[in-house]
Amino acid sequence: MTAMIHEQHNMTPTVETKMTARDVKVFYGEKQAIKGVSIDVDMDNVTAFIGPSGCGKSTFLRTLNRMNDTVASARVEGTITLDGEDIYAPSMDVVQLRARVGMVFQKPNPFPKSIYENIAYGPRIHGLAHGKADLEVIVEKSLRRAGLWDEVKDRLHDSGTALSGGQQQRLCIGRAIAVEPEVILMDEPCSALDPIATAKIEELIHELRGRYAIVIVTHNMQQAARVSQRTAFFHLGELVEYGVTSDIFTNPRQERTKDYITGRYG
Amino acid sequence: MTGPAILLLLAGLGAIAWVSARARAMRLQTAARASGRRDAVHSLPGYHGWYVALWTLVPAGIFLAVWANVAPGLVTESVLSSPAAQSLPADDFSRSAILGEARAIAVGAQAGAFNPLSQGLVEPYKDAIGKYGMAGATLAIVLAFAGGAYAFTRVRPDFRTRTRVERLVMATLLIASLLAIITTLGIVASLLWESFRFFSMVSPIDFLFGIKWSPQSAALGYGNDDAFGAVPLFWGTIFIGAIIAMIVAIPLGLMSAIYLTQYASPTVRKWMKPTLEMLAGVPTVVYGYFAALTIAPALRDFAVKIGIHGASSESALAAGLVMGVMIIPFVSSMADDSIAAVPQSMRDGSLAMGATTSETISRVLIPAALPGVVGGVLLAVSRAIGETMIVVMAAGLAANLTLNPFASVTTVTTQIVQLLTGDQEFDSAKTLAAFALGLVLFIVTLLLNIVALRVVKKYREAYE
Repeated sequence: MTAMIHEQHNMTPTVETKMTARDVKVFYGEKQAIKGVSIDVDMDNVTAFIGPSGCGKSTFLRTLNRMNDTVASARVEGTITLDGEDIYAPSMDVVQLRARVGMVFQKPNPFPKSIYENIAYGPRIHGLAHGKADLEVIVEKSLRRAGLWDEVKDRLHDSGTALSGGQQQRLCIGRAIAVEPEVILMDEPCSALDPIATAKIEELIHELRGRYAIVIVTHNMQQAARVSQRTAFFHLGELVEYGVTSDIFTNPRQERTKDYITGRYG
Repeated sequence: MTGPAILLLLAGLGAIAWVSARARAMRLQTAARASGRRDAVHSLPGYHGWYVALWTLVPAGIFLAVWANVAPGLVTESVLSSPAAQSLPADDFSRSAILGEARAIAVGAQAGAFNPLSQGLVEPYKDAIGKYGMAGATLAIVLAFAGGAYAFTRVRPDFRTRTRVERLVMATLLIASLLAIITTLGIVASLLWESFRFFSMVSPIDFLFGIKWSPQSAALGYGNDDAFGAVPLFWGTIFIGAIIAMIVAIPLGLMSAIYLTQYASPTVRKWMKPTLEMLAGVPTVVYGYFAALTIAPALRDFAVKIGIHGASSESALAAGLVMGVMIIPFVSSMADDSIAAVPQSMRDGSLAMGATTSETISRVLIPAALPGVVGGVLLAVSRAIGETMIVVMAAGLAANLTLNPFASVTTVTTQIVQLLTGDQEFDSAKTLAAFALGLVLFIVTLLLNIVALRVVKKYREAYE
């Protein structure tokens, strides 16, 4: 199985492939940020994107739910599919896509509303709740899954921005979970947090694994090793190597991966 | 010696001081530089020039300013002590009339005297003016020379004139800014004083809560009671400035801000924003005649057509609509700033949840930007209620307490203009009422501004 994963274009069929990218290129104006990346993301494993700053890992992550659409100069080529459907096809509704592929950002960005309203935001705009009681159920379930329920159950109507950084980030994860996504993209979710808050988020990622396909961008190699089962190493806009996390860290095939992992650069 | 001549002379002295001090500094510094020490030379020669020139001009200038205020008193004094003044009448009024006339003849502003007594005083006046004028001029020139000479002797290569000139520049700037503050305080004081006089004639309760405004009847001698109820004015002001104008300005301003920050491409924004802001630069009198000559008649015709009674050619609606258009840029640019200040991450967070742009705007951006928007609206209200020209031209003078937007109402500012234009006696309640109105307006706009700035500031801190 290990060998097959290293063959980037032929993922083993034993796991359910959720998203596939084929020869994806991203341009910002004239500048090419991603140079032909092909990768499969599956349901059962947490996939980590690692690489030095500016290697394109975050840019690539943002193509997976078309957040690059908000950047006027960005242009995406190649195909990305979700359950076999081309997400850049004209028939794809970006609103529905983003409900299916949720995202958590580098800096916790709760809305300046109450904790309850933060979680209820997604279900409300997508019409997922039928009535107030239903919405309350969703809020509680989402907060429980985000591991935040016990800490905030008595102050659901306090402002979300008054929480600590780690709690805010879990609130953002809960907010993403509330719309029942299939994939959750995390863009360096712990880079603004202290080690204890980071540990809590990593623990949460473990718990969420299997229920959602999770892709996490991180510049912290130890974190990639701790939370992921698949690791992709990006360098200068290329996908250098993609494989089982333990293999990438103990037995990298590419010279560049080895140099990065051993701290030669990055 | 006449005023302009002495000023010209002083300016010449200053120029000479500048040139000679600069030349001297240059010469000395060239010599000092030869010694090779790094600190032998301090300021550039130009600073020495300014230093000496200022020493020449400033003391003499201050003396002249003081003298100009003291001299007339001294002149009158000496005229009164002359033998010709012994025959002057004793009462102050006719005495000062005669003195004034004599003085006017003496300085050549008047050819002949009505009062024979003045004719006799012309000569003493001429003498005294000449004497004190010459004394002042001489003293000023002596001071200029003394100051210049003192400073000139201090010119040395390492003398720190630069710091001294710099200090004077700072002092000048400080005085300039203090002047603005003192002027404001003076205006407030005069408002307070005149209002106090008004309220000694009309009770503040009647003024603030009375509903009948007819200052003309008070002026005609029907008494001050019940003539100065300002409620119809306050209502008119609020109706036009805070209700009708805001119904126009808030939605339009907000929507244009949303379009400009969220939808417009950079090119469109680059053109539209300055164009919108040009609205704020249109003189209000232009808006005024637009309201009075174009909008108001059209509205009246429309109201008549749909059968509204009491439609006037000077309507609250016309003034309010045009005023609303006038303040769109205020609302828009404040809203623009506060929407732009909402972090991009907030917007990304909402879009990543699958919200559309308009959902993001209405559910995340506007609530987050609300304090800033409210602040902008309050500033716009304070601007609108203080606005004068549009309402003077388009709102009318009838102090009606009405809800009908097609009827004529009047505002605080319109009434102030009415009360103070033309020949007025400045001790009647009618005239003084203008100051009381001005005071109320001042207090209300001040409070609005304070609240608005507070709200905006508090909000700004939240994201930084």
